[in-house]
Amino acid sequence: MISAHLPVLQVALPLLGAVLCAMLHRGNWAWAVALVVSWTMPFIAGSLLLQVVANGPISYALGGWLPPWGIEYRVDVVNAFVLVLVSCVGAVIMPYARLSVASEIAPERQAWFYAMYLLCLCGLLGITITDDAFNAFVFLEISSLSAYVLIALGRDRRALLAAYQYLILGTIGATFYVIGVGLLYTMTGTLNLVDIAGRIDAIESTRPILAALAFLTVGISLKLALFPLHVWLPNAYAYAPSVATAFLAATATKVAIYLLLRFFFSVFGVGFVFDTLPVTTIFLALSIAAMFGASIVAVFQEDVKRMLAYSSVAQIGYITLGIALANQTGLTGGIVHLFNHAIMKSALFLVLGAVFYRIGSVKIQELAGIGYRMPITMGAFVIAGLGIIGTPGTAGFISKWYLALGALEAGDWWIVFLLVGSSVISILYIGRVVEVAWFRPVGETAKAASDPPHSMMIPALVLVAATVYFGIDADLTVGVAAQAAQTLLEGLK
Amino acid sequence: MDFLHEIAAHYNHWITVFLMVSGLYIVVARGNMVKKLVGLSLFQTSVYLLYISPAKILGGTAPIISEQFEVYSNPLPHVLILTAIVVGVATLALGLALVVRINEAYGTIEEDEIFAEDEDE
Repeated sequence: MISAHLPVLQVALPLLGAVLCAMLHRGNWAWAVALVVSWTMPFIAGSLLLQVVANGPISYALGGWLPPWGIEYRVDVVNAFVLVLVSCVGAVIMPYARLSVASEIAPERQAWFYAMYLLCLCGLLGITITDDAFNAFVFLEISSLSAYVLIALGRDRRALLAAYQYLILGTIGATFYVIGVGLLYTMTGTLNLVDIAGRIDAIESTRPILAALAFLTVGISLKLALFPLHVWLPNAYAYAPSVATAFLAATATKVAIYLLLRFFFSVFGVGFVFDTLPVTTIFLALSIAAMFGASIVAVFQEDVKRMLAYSSVAQIGYITLGIALANQTGLTGGIVHLFNHAIMKSALFLVLGAVFYRIGSVKIQELAGIGYRMPITMGAFVIAGLGIIGTPGTAGFISKWYLALGALEAGDWWIVFLLVGSSVISILYIGRVVEVAWFRPVGETAKAASDPPHSMMIPALVLVAATVYFGIDADLTVGVAAQAAQTLLEGLK
Repeated sequence: MDFLHEIAAHYNHWITVFLMVSGLYIVVARGNMVKKLVGLSLFQTSVYLLYISPAKILGGTAPIISEQFEVYSNPLPHVLILTAIVVGVATLALGLALVVRINEAYGTIEEDEIFAEDEDE
């Protein structure tokens, strides 16, 4: 009975949990609610993924209104994979959150923090699971509005400014998205993505459809922080509370990438987007600019959180590179990297949160010698950092390997050199932190530090262990990603 | 003459585009944070027109099943925009709340003055 309603529970539970958190007012109680809700999510997402892999797509008619008239929740391999990723990250971070939030956020605001966290989780899962273009817009705004609040809860006053700037750019992005959906609706008369996909072939070269594609691409690219549209990201990640940074870095941009994949491959179709239009060229150029530009900027950052934020922009470049290649192997690489980067980056941000918990700063000059005082924490930083660089034996290597194979398959061998080149730059910025933390005498600020309590250490270590595990045994991630890539390339028709 | 007729026939779209572009221009060109939000609202509001004006059919009624009425306007865009209005109000409210907090923290809501203050630190 209940298993038939799993798709809607995936979204409804965090929504109800958020309301409950807001009513409880006590930080610890709200945390307990958020913990229970976020720990149920991976079970729901996992069982959906298993069902989908075994029996094919699940369609759920919301409120009993049959698609295409009602809102349809449709789960296939692609979004089940993203659901698992988002809900697992959300669950792993929660035990960590209690101490970190208690130390960074005023007591009367802690319950609101958890309410916003669950609301954001609800929005992100909703975008992923829904098959209705306008419903996705509503969830996009739910997740964005709560993300602005999460960022504004940071201690520094610059967090307010970062949240404001993100609000302006995020709203422009969402409005572009809704303009695109409006144009699609005027031309096809439907909002159901499968239904649009079925009707778009006959009219695909008309001007409103081209305009719709352009608006959707720019709007979603703002949300996923594609290179020239990434300006909101570094400040937002740098000044947000540690828990919010780790959560948003791992999930928000990834869900936007999923939405782009959905529109490019499932709705408009590979032939139209990549063969008729010069999307490959544009995305290749922007991805490569991100891989190099953002990495180089990252090397010169003084604030380590900001450094990792720029690194995120660069890593998103790898994912969009996989999309631009638009062949089976490249797309697999892109989707695997979507998963791997989420794990590695949230591990790194959790480690930084632990450092902030102990010494109250993540400025690079204050980390001198901290490796000797917080050996497990900074050891975790080194391993996750090796993952970002793409060292063999870590998850980062697997995704870059598939991206390189995809580039060769597309006949663009020069991209392989660029992949290596950009990895070399990431050695510089990760290496800079490692050098300061491990090869300098213990500084004033680092003296009193020690490894954080288990509730903070274990979630970070779980993610680091996943970085190593998925680097050695990639059958699970690559298997599902390859199936997802195949589903996307085949389209919905 | 045909050209003018073409423009006049789509006057609703021209209004939409004018509002859209002027809203976006205000967001980009103004340094005052409240004015930026006003521009953002204008930009969002233009989208309401984009949805609703094609949905209205001249001489159409509300969608009532009856033999008397054959032409009716599409109700769905109106409902969608009702949702979009709620989203717009929420965004504006949150944006203004942030501006209030920024004013408390920095003592100004002019972007250039705020950037100058942050650089001094």
